[in-house]
Amino acid sequence: MLRVIGKRLALLVPTLIGLSILLFLWVRNLPGGPATALLGERATPEAVERVNELYGFNEPIISQYFTYMGKLLQGDFGTSINTGRPVLEEFATRFPGTVELTIVALIFAIGIGIPLGYVAARYYGRFVDHGSVVLSLLGITVPVFFLAFILKYLFAIQWPILPPDGRQDPRMDATHVTDFYVLDGILTGEWDAAWDAFQHLILPGIALGTIPLAIIVRITRASVLEVQNADYVRTARAKGLMEKTIRNRFILRNAMLPVVTTIGLQVGLLISGAVLTETVFAFNGIGRFLRDAIFGLDYPVLQGFIIIIAILYAVINLIVDISYSIIDPRVRVS
Amino acid sequence: MPPSAGDGPTPTEPTIPDGAGTGLWKDAFRRLKRNPQAIAGAIIVGLFLLVAILAPVLAPFGGDELPGRTEITPTNIPGPGEIDAYPLGLDRFGGDLLSKLIWGAQASLLIGVVSTALGLVGGMILGLLAGGLGGWVDSVIMRFVDILLSVPNLLLAVSIAAILGQGPYAVMIAIGVSQVPIFARLLRASMLSQRGSDYILAAQTLGLSRSTITMSHLLPNSVGPVIVQATLTLATAVIDAAALSFLGLGGGRPQTAEWGRMLTYAQAELANSPQLAFLPGICIAVTALGFTLLGESLRESLDPKTRKK
Repeated sequence: MLRVIGKRLALLVPTLIGLSILLFLWVRNLPGGPATALLGERATPEAVERVNELYGFNEPIISQYFTYMGKLLQGDFGTSINTGRPVLEEFATRFPGTVELTIVALIFAIGIGIPLGYVAARYYGRFVDHGSVVLSLLGITVPVFFLAFILKYLFAIQWPILPPDGRQDPRMDATHVTDFYVLDGILTGEWDAAWDAFQHLILPGIALGTIPLAIIVRITRASVLEVQNADYVRTARAKGLMEKTIRNRFILRNAMLPVVTTIGLQVGLLISGAVLTETVFAFNGIGRFLRDAIFGLDYPVLQGFIIIIAILYAVINLIVDISYSIIDPRVRVS
Repeated sequence: MPPSAGDGPTPTEPTIPDGAGTGLWKDAFRRLKRNPQAIAGAIIVGLFLLVAILAPVLAPFGGDELPGRTEITPTNIPGPGEIDAYPLGLDRFGGDLLSKLIWGAQASLLIGVVSTALGLVGGMILGLLAGGLGGWVDSVIMRFVDILLSVPNLLLAVSIAAILGQGPYAVMIAIGVSQVPIFARLLRASMLSQRGSDYILAAQTLGLSRSTITMSHLLPNSVGPVIVQATLTLATAVIDAAALSFLGLGGGRPQTAEWGRMLTYAQAELANSPQLAFLPGICIAVTALGFTLLGESLRESLDPKTRKK
């Protein structure tokens, strides 16, 4: 097991090196060159010269790359143009918000998606089934940011039962220990703060979770359809096992493999979706910060965030692969 | 083994099932015509195409014209039906909402089709090289594809747009490049799965050259999934194009008729003029729905598992 993990991690290295080369070349090919990219478009020629000197942009490109990689390995991702703070710090303060949002989105998607997909397959061709197919089709075709608009309009403006934006009511006097606002409220016993932060997560969470929900419903449905008529399920039924046992231990467990893969694949989608959802809900996470970085041409932030996200993305997919072997012992052998 | 005379009982004349003997694509098309899902998709896409092409005739005003500039005030934007000349009302800048939706169809279709074509061509070249040549070419190309896939799609598109500068061409190229890895992988995988087939072995035995086998046997038989994916990708491309212009990468003037951009500027108006967000949003969703329906029924009709009827 450890050897498999080690091997996968080793395979990740060339990909990340390749990505770092691409990102390095990317900043050097930006309009106006790297110094302008770092200073912003209003930079004076003297300032550009000073930055070129300071960062060694006049040096040969190969040695520049190694300097850049050296810094990356020490966790130095540069400084944000817009805020003047280190990129890694900016990431660390905003990441918890996005994680909370993603967790809510995934709970929504998995919590509804798997049961709905299962029920649709069990009642194949009936109303529930058709409903689930239509629903998942809509989920895929409605753009995340449009769905966010609809939710915001309905539940924050028309019937204001949930907050329209932000991560927490600014009037809330909350203590922040971990920057996970819901967790902070629980840890410090400030239940009202936790509840308020949670309410702020509901609408963006649903908006973000809808595409994964649609995909999970389809995959679960297809997978259960394939498994539920298998010989071993018929045998289990013939043995007179309880329907609950058949469902949990025979159908669902075998049908879950493709579903788990799919959930792993949603991570990229969730990060892309977070940029859009957080923008609509003015939610202070990495997504909105990235969007501001795009607008403010904050290249160090874009560069750093992309590398960090790529690493996370790869690690999460690795975890998903490992979780297969827990669900399916047959995979453990290889 | 061919049956010969006097070789046991004479074989009964095989009954040729209806539709067999026709080509894969012809057969698929025949099944598509019977599929209500495909027809619905085709109607949606057809209408959308028609509106896009006939935009100059259909739209009462030009795409970035602001005919109602004098009718709007900071606190009041006339809504649908309030002024006869503007059936769906005006937007924040004084543009006619109906005209902008119609011109927006043209912009979205153009970006969707061009970017998918770019992605398809780029991905097929890479996939063909990887799947056809194999060896180190395959390794190098697939590692490159892995790198592109290690960045979430929208972020990749955004990064590419950042180099190219803002504007519709940047958006097209950005979305196109971000689709390359999917097509490349798909074509390669499909070619690899065909490689061991009997007809390839037969072609090799006949002494056909490797390039002939790849181009006239392997490629035509592997391209099905890629075509299906391209149809589905058109939906994603329309949504992604809207997302990029929603984020502000579309370039041009704020009043330019583009669905995604219309949503950006509808944000501040959501409470009083929700139609400014809802109508372009519905247009994006319906267009994407059309391409998705078409793509999925195409997949079904090409899939040997579901090809019963």
